[in-house]
Amino acid sequence: MLGTQLTALTSGHPAALTDALDLVAGVDAALTRGLARVGEADATALAGLAGALAATPLADLVAEAIDKICAGSVTPEHLAALAGARSALLGAAHDALLGQLDAALGRGRDPWSVAPAPPAGPSPVLATVRAWLHEVAVTGWHGVDHELVAAAGTPVEAALAAPESRRLAVLLDGLAAELRACVPVATMPQVPARRWADLWARGVLLAQDAAAVDPPADVVDRVDGRLLPLGVDVHEHDTAMQIQVHGLLEPAAGGPPRLVRTAVGAAKVDTIVGPALWRLLQAHPTLLTALAQRRGVTVTDLPARGADLHWHDDRAQLDEPVDPFAAARVLLPGAQAAAIAPLNRHPAAIAEPVLLEGYAVRDHDGGLAADLDGRPLAVAVDRLPSCGPLTPEVVAASSACLGLLRWDDGRWLLQPLAVRADVKRKVVDVHTGDWACGVSDAKVAKAEAKTGDAVAVLRERAGRLLRR
Amino acid sequence: MADVDDAGWARRSSVRVVPPARPRKLAKVPFVELADGRLQGVVSSGSDIERVYVSSLTSGTHAYHCSTNNNRPCGGLRGTPCKHLAALADEAVLQYGLDRVARYLRADAGDGVTTGAELLSRLDARHEPTPAAVVFSRFLRHLSYLEAPGNSTPLPELHWFPATGAGR
Ligand SMILES: [Zn+2]
Repeated sequence: MLGTQLTALTSGHPAALTDALDLVAGVDAALTRGLARVGEADATALAGLAGALAATPLADLVAEAIDKICAGSVTPEHLAALAGARSALLGAAHDALLGQLDAALGRGRDPWSVAPAPPAGPSPVLATVRAWLHEVAVTGWHGVDHELVAAAGTPVEAALAAPESRRLAVLLDGLAAELRACVPVATMPQVPARRWADLWARGVLLAQDAAAVDPPADVVDRVDGRLLPLGVDVHEHDTAMQIQVHGLLEPAAGGPPRLVRTAVGAAKVDTIVGPALWRLLQAHPTLLTALAQRRGVTVTDLPARGADLHWHDDRAQLDEPVDPFAAARVLLPGAQAAAIAPLNRHPAAIAEPVLLEGYAVRDHDGGLAADLDGRPLAVAVDRLPSCGPLTPEVVAASSACLGLLRWDDGRWLLQPLAVRADVKRKVVDVHTGDWACGVSDAKVAKAEAKTGDAVAVLRERAGRLLRR
Repeated sequence: MADVDDAGWARRSSVRVVPPARPRKLAKVPFVELADGRLQGVVSSGSDIERVYVSSLTSGTHAYHCSTNNNRPCGGLRGTPCKHLAALADEAVLQYGLDRVARYLRADAGDGVTTGAELLSRLDARHEPTPAAVVFSRFLRHLSYLEAPGNSTPLPELHWFPATGAGR
């Protein structure tokens, strides 16, 4: 990424973005206070949302829902319309921001190809989830107490037990854990209103019987080629973790490289943290080895949907070592990206790989920023995972970075996945995935050994106590 | 809570609302939680690998109890909290930090307190039997996560939950 590209990215917002986000903030405030009795300010904000969608196919549905909500009669259909309207607005914000990014970087992007959704019948699991989300919206974040949090137990358990609702279960479990730690929410100095409304709205959409989020296996593409991993992004809450590897795929059939990603994950518990996370992913040895040894991978007949490769470790073979920095320098500018599924469009989903070189790191707004030709790009230091060696100190000593461009709260951020840094007068490459096959830093390994193998201890307890 | 004073908190999608648990040795106390208005958890028996103790301390009233998972009262309770409760409190402080545990229990940690056992000894605590079944079933549910299958299709919602804490 060049200084001129960063300038193009950060000078000015897409048209009407600020207005859209203000409308969203109004909805978030209404959800904070609850929809049981909608006050004047919240009614005005909700009417604003309906107004913004007046020229869309959702217009009548949303206008009617908001009328009814403001009049005090809230049905599940009205809440679905509200969640849909808020998501549509943020989806449009996502598209505008990604458009700005693609224009700045000169990145080409294939459109999403629509596949027929399988018919979905009514699901009792989803009905339980909808009922809880309904209760939450009516109560408002400020009214959330021990009882309402405890009531999440049944829908979470039901969703976890049904493999097809895994996405919803993981979202709900993460939201419920946050609420549990924050009750009584009314005493919090500030509520994470945007975040919780994001999770609520996505939950409502995923809990609709027609959501059909995962296309059946026979409509996805199949890919063959060489995958060059660029870096790995790690996601985690108390009971779930996922790594998402961003890479370049050189198709076996030729053509320009594709910007792709692949995610694998596992269920976990809160006491499994740090490098122990990797031990949950031992079903994917080829992928982990490729990360730890910085190797390419030859993949055969891998199912894919847009940019997402659905990983099968037995269809992958380790290839030659690859320098991700060199691969990015040569191939990233001409790589073809792909759009994401319509339902997933949200600014928080933007995670676009970039290579930055020749910047200076300096303190900026209480954090770090990479300064490229006098333009600062804030570094998302709170997205550096504890399972890897990439720390804020290493980032501060770096001069080249492979990272993800992200967007949150009105600004672009750089999430480092790997850096080239001066550490003790030696130039070293440090990647978040360096410890995928075990900790290579003696000091950290010693601390790890001291706390013992959390995964093994809990599996032993599970083996002894669960099947009595 | 992390970042709670940050003015932008309300308008950010990705904030870590709950700080991640700190790593600790799990062999002795495999399960600790602040839930249902209690500090509660499970302590492995030192002598019998098949046996576990369920210990709890209620927020506010500071009522405590300890029993086996089959509701047999713990022999160590003789007018004062047993060693299982001390171990539970110690591990809770390691996992959550002293402030968060004291705040949840509505206890004043006071000067010079660094461990959970010290915090426990400062409380005006009293014994009050509570059934072990609820906590024990929560522990079994906790363990059942480790048996859940993994995924190799993306979970897009986890972008709201970035892993954090490098170099802690
Ligand atoms: Zn005891």
